Amino acid sequence: MNADIYKETILDHYRRPRNYGELADANARAKDSNVLCGDVIEMQLRVNENRIDDLRFRGQGCAISLACASMLTELSKGKPISEIQKLGKEDMIGLLGTDPGPARIECATLGLKVLKTAIYAHLGMKMPQEET
Amino acid sequence: MKEKAAALNVRKIRADFPILKRRIGGKPLVYLDSAATSQKPKSVIDAIRRFYSQYNANVHRSVHRLSEEATIAFEQSREKFAAFIGAKTSKEIVFVRNATEALNVVVLSWARSNLKPGDHVLLTEMEHHSNIVPWQILAKEKGIKLDYIRINNDGTLSWDSFHELMKERPKVVSLAHVSNALGTINPVRQIAKEAHNIGATVIVDAAQSVPHMPVDVSDLECDFMAVSGHKMLAPTGIGMLYGGYDLLDHMEPLMGGGEMIKEVHLQEARWNDPPWKFEAGTPNIEGVIGLGAAVDYLSNLGMENVRLHEKGITKYALERLGDVKGLVLYGTRDIEKRGAAISFNLGDIHAHDLATILDTQGIAIRSGHHCAQPLMERLKVPATSRASFYIYNMKREVDILVRALENARKMFKV
Repeated sequence: MNADIYKETILDHYRRPRNYGELADANARAKDSNVLCGDVIEMQLRVNENRIDDLRFRGQGCAISLACASMLTELSKGKPISEIQKLGKEDMIGLLGTDPGPARIECATLGLKVLKTAIYAHLGMKMPQEET
Repeated sequence: MKEKAAALNVRKIRADFPILKRRIGGKPLVYLDSAATSQKPKSVIDAIRRFYSQYNANVHRSVHRLSEEATIAFEQSREKFAAFIGAKTSKEIVFVRNATEALNVVVLSWARSNLKPGDHVLLTEMEHHSNIVPWQILAKEKGIKLDYIRINNDGTLSWDSFHELMKERPKVVSLAHVSNALGTINPVRQIAKEAHNIGATVIVDAAQSVPHMPVDVSDLECDFMAVSGHKMLAPTGIGMLYGGYDLLDHMEPLMGGGEMIKEVHLQEARWNDPPWKFEAGTPNIEGVIGLGAAVDYLSNLGMENVRLHEKGITKYALERLGDVKGLVLYGTRDIEKRGAAISFNLGDIHAHDLATILDTQGIAIRSGHHCAQPLMERLKVPATSRASFYIYNMKREVDILVRALENARKMFKV
């Protein structure tokens, strides 16, 4: 593990999370937590014609989980849900710019897990086990 | 243990622990996580190596020489540990996996057959999950009621709350001797006295006390005590349950199998005597032998001296940490009422982020809820960082910790 993880952009997303709060007209939501840190993240999105029109997230947790969730919301806005469904662990490491290592990877992927859960729920499907 | 207290020779002690030579990312290891597990001295590692290379055999079974030697070493460890905590006889020591298993045996064997629906069990808000969840399992099964002694803001137990809850006339009072998260030393002796006055049984989770200070079961007047070997220099996978002989004698075994029986017929069996009645199957022989070497090591240092050393370093750490801007310390500042684990938070930095930053400096601390979520709720924090000290820690390591915390504070602009 190295301290590069806590670079300016990550700390900035942690201190000033983007798309933070509630979405009044959301039609898909999910919430989950990470046992290790006790991080909790909730995602609320408005899906329109299989595209994420808008989304908000809120929660509490460590810098890695909140910054990753914040960056993920920026990346997801306006994108087709099929594109989000394809995202994985490697993409979150890409957003972070550093592999946080096995102890913290769950922090980095929590937001994505919640976002995907919301999408699958919206489609009336259960998220495949390998994506959780 | 009665000798006059003398300062530990920490430099000499450190030379006994091979792992302390390790470097983490080029920096010397600063191990401040002994409350999670202690490091192991060469004498413990060598005892295990000697067992496997010279007299490995199953215990209490065969009549050949190796088995005889292994059995003697195994039972000698039991005697050493019994003497270490002041038990009347080694038959009051049951070997289990860890303190968690020791507590589970008491709850699921003794409490299961001795408590009735509606009986109250008194715990505290600062318990480790291992002294909460087994009781919840039993509560679901038997309809017993769980009450929790409140804690004061300084992390000590509230006597008012204790006396209020004693009016329910609990059948059991079960509590930590030293809190793993707050470091608080609970007044077990006084609590046991009052509990016994109303006929309650007293169970003590001593996982965080026996490794760090003189503990005597007859002085504390507890009925059961749970201890983990791996927090006191012994290997993982070996734990000890102390129980008064009469209590153990009247208890049903939790597991059946070899070793725990006197005779077995097709429809029935007769149990062995305590402690073997509770030790079904081949035990953790290397763990028990390692424990014997660990007890020798600590006895040679003298537990009064261990406690004195830890008081010194904890006092120093509380002062230095108290000077770090934005750092919040949890638990009492009274050094007489606390052990060598210190919980804190630095500004709004999440404990896991802090632990990651410290790790880059070679510093190992624990971060999280410390298996004490009800306590975290009480403190209104999701997690804390915890630095804990043992016989091999030096004040210089506290300085390294403080410097790293100052850097983290700047990085996160706290």
